[in-house]
Amino acid sequence: MTFPFSAIVGQEETRLALMVAAVDEGVGGVLLFGDRGTGKSTAVRALGALLPPMRAVTNCRFGCNPRDRATHCEECRARRKKGALRSHLVPVPVVDLPLGATEDRVVGALDLERALAHGKKAFEGGLLARANRGFLYIDEVNLLEDHLVDLLLDVAASGENVVERDGLSVRHPARFVLIGSGNPEEGELRPQLLDRFGLSVEIRTPEDLPTRIEVVRRRDEFEREPTKFARKWRKEDELLRRQIEAARSRLANVRVPETALQRAAQLCLRLGTDGLRGELTLIRAARALTALDAADEVSDSQLRRIAPAALRHRLRRNPLDEAGSSARVARAVAELFDA
Amino acid sequence: MNAEAGARSERWANAAAATAVFATDPLGCAGVSLRALYGPVRERWLALLGALLPATVRIHRIPLHVSDARLLGGLDLAATLSTGRPVAERGIFVSADGGIVVLAMAERMTSAFAARLAAVLDTGEVALERDGFARRYATRFGVIALDEGMTDDERPPAAVLDRLALHVDLNGIESSSLDDGAVLLGTTAYPARIAAARDRLGSVQIKPAIVAALCEAASSLGIASVRAPLLALRVARAAAAIAGRNHVADEDVQLAARLVFASRVTVLPAAQAPAEPDAAEREESSRDPPPSDPASRDSPRNEAESSNVDTLEDTVVAAAQAAIPQHLLAMLQSSARGKVRAQPSGRAGPRQLSPAHGRPAGIRKGSPGGGARLSVIETLRAAAPWQSARRAGAMRLGARAPRPPRIDVRKDDFRIFRLKRRTQTTIIFLVDASGSAAMHRLSEVKGAVELLLADCYVRRDRVALIAFRRKSAELLLPPTRSLVRAKRSLAALAAGGGTPLASALDAARELVHAVRHKSESPILVIMSDGSPNVARDGKGGRERAQADALSAARLVRLEACAVLLLDTAPQPLPLTARLADEMGARYIPLPQVRAAGLSELVRESASNDPHATRRAVHG
Repeated sequence: MTFPFSAIVGQEETRLALMVAAVDEGVGGVLLFGDRGTGKSTAVRALGALLPPMRAVTNCRFGCNPRDRATHCEECRARRKKGALRSHLVPVPVVDLPLGATEDRVVGALDLERALAHGKKAFEGGLLARANRGFLYIDEVNLLEDHLVDLLLDVAASGENVVERDGLSVRHPARFVLIGSGNPEEGELRPQLLDRFGLSVEIRTPEDLPTRIEVVRRRDEFEREPTKFARKWRKEDELLRRQIEAARSRLANVRVPETALQRAAQLCLRLGTDGLRGELTLIRAARALTALDAADEVSDSQLRRIAPAALRHRLRRNPLDEAGSSARVARAVAELFDA
Repeated sequence: MNAEAGARSERWANAAAATAVFATDPLGCAGVSLRALYGPVRERWLALLGALLPATVRIHRIPLHVSDARLLGGLDLAATLSTGRPVAERGIFVSADGGIVVLAMAERMTSAFAARLAAVLDTGEVALERDGFARRYATRFGVIALDEGMTDDERPPAAVLDRLALHVDLNGIESSSLDDGAVLLGTTAYPARIAAARDRLGSVQIKPAIVAALCEAASSLGIASVRAPLLALRVARAAAAIAGRNHVADEDVQLAARLVFASRVTVLPAAQAPAEPDAAEREESSRDPPPSDPASRDSPRNEAESSNVDTLEDTVVAAAQAAIPQHLLAMLQSSARGKVRAQPSGRAGPRQLSPAHGRPAGIRKGSPGGGARLSVIETLRAAAPWQSARRAGAMRLGARAPRPPRIDVRKDDFRIFRLKRRTQTTIIFLVDASGSAAMHRLSEVKGAVELLLADCYVRRDRVALIAFRRKSAELLLPPTRSLVRAKRSLAALAAGGGTPLASALDAARELVHAVRHKSESPILVIMSDGSPNVARDGKGGRERAQADALSAARLVRLEACAVLLLDTAPQPLPLTARLADEMGARYIPLPQVRAAGLSELVRESASNDPHATRRAVHG
């Protein structure tokens, strides 16, 4: 039983970033970095329960999208030749990559059971296969072992998992939204990995008392009677799910006017972000947010709200000054938009 | 004397109350952090707990260096070989379901272990993704973290402490003051009472006002994590259940504050900041132990206090304050604003890399032995496709051969772990914070260190910080990769006093030694304006101080580690250059260096270090 997404108190930016990632997976992943006990992993797991189901090819172990031929796995290509693909609705995978996972389980390996019992060489998909078209969640991402990080970086960039081991040679689609969470006190994230996240959220412990009281109250209620609590919030969750669905269908028609493009460029220029990634992510995230707002055109309102998450981890900065990067984005936004 | 004895028995009473609460609701409390050295007091506490827990609850001890395979599970080799198909082995976390897990030497727990434990406590399941198995096992258990730390920074990782409701400190309690517990153990009725409390727990109600009071109290005590009030809520429920109530009363809330909040306090509430140095003095020493009746403990403490205590929140704060451990109280009072630095957490960082093993970096063909470890799962994978062929071959050889094994593994199949051992670089900053250095731009030195830190971040080096001023050197930051912490300790560094250069060099040498011991390569960066004026023994006197500094410098040379001495004096003294010479250090007068060039200089020095092998792949 997961804690309902709609029952999360405060944490506006976390919720916003996760919703945006759910509307447009092209925004890139979300990094939740911050204080202990702020419900980072609760929010991610709650999102999983909220996502509308997706259509996948029946019996495809990578959950290929029947309508998107370009991304089909080899097995689906073979199936297609034999006739029309059958498909059904499945929940969007939200896959946990737990610490202590071994490499064979992450990338996939020879299926030992079938090899021993039948002498058959078969590929058993790993977490990357399961996460295709869904979310890959790594809690304590800064404690992940380096060789696993290397693997992830490669796959996250190419959208394809290439396995060459145990005498197997397999490739399969592995497009996923990377979600990471962690506490900066445990160590920093490698810059290369940091860059893979489209949005980053800085989570602080809520300081105002009413919020804290409400957090504790709801958490306590949930722990004592999870079913009842979930029922109580089901309607709200359903509304959010519909909002995501509506935003997805609206997304293609959201216009990005010239003024918004200029604003984004000015903002990135002012902040001195590295490369074009920041600008592209900012625009893309603002579009998704506009769709969530049920609006037709990206405006200052969306840019303002999503700019901190899209840009704060891209500033060319003193990495020690990480408390300052949020403030710098906020200042630049204020200067630019209130002028 | 009497007051002291009273304080001790008060602390034992609190500890015993924690036992009762934990025994009532081990899963809700998540666990106990038990700070005590091995000895009769700790044994007594554990015995007490054993007596209160139902006989069916199993206790699992987890050693410090447990492998992931044992902890989380993996391939069961024996069963796999005998059945001829992969069989999963359950890890300790899984088999501990419904029981108690005891963590030995929790103060040395790695952050990697802490993260695994935290994940299980949070989700109530073990997510096994190892050795070809993808499984989920539901598991819930109570934790007892045995913390044998002696100093303030020897503690279990913050990620674990944050999740365990009860923090019990038994240090300083003498076994002679344990009569209460003995009495308690003698009564057969008490375990029955705990059992009844366990049944009652589910029906204990709590008023919204109490939830609010706990949150308010936590805020005013500077407790940031929202987990603390949540855990306090559960402890209060358990306390009410023990007292035989169906609703949480004020007494229960106060007990919860003592047990959960006291050790987490970071701020003394402004109005009461100069709290009585020995809060426990106010308690009569002959008070009944709380477990015998937690409800009776919280009668108003004395006139003065009850007069200004009116709301529930205030009583909660007062209760927590009265139970603040001595060393924490001293820290709170000594710091001007009554605020304590957050407990260092990532202490385990350096221990994560075991020099004997290195990190797994794939698998290759080869024979085990000579330090190479066999990868069972990969070996089986290599052997698997050949099984039918080998079986057929064995049949052809005739029936005289003994019955072939279920799985025929040959030498060719052996796969071993490739271990990559990256030589971790640890940069030790030895910063002069004496009065003269303050004049000679300490802030500039800080700036230079920050620049270097930024560089360390990119290279994933560790940093450590030793500052010296007045009479001694102090390790402000043990080797860490957390720049947040590095920056924090650097910012907090204030200057003043003499220049105890000799002690500083000795301290640095010790740390260099420790870093080497972990197969990491140290670089020592010293920033000073020279002019030592405090000798090794802490006494003043320029002459002896200089002699001591020179002899300390010679000892540094023996470590044969890369040393960089940045002279921060506006007019460099000849002595400083000589010191650098004695140390075999590279000497750079800071006036000649652009801050930005520093980083390269440090790098260069490192590459001259004969001991620094940058990267090595073993196995």
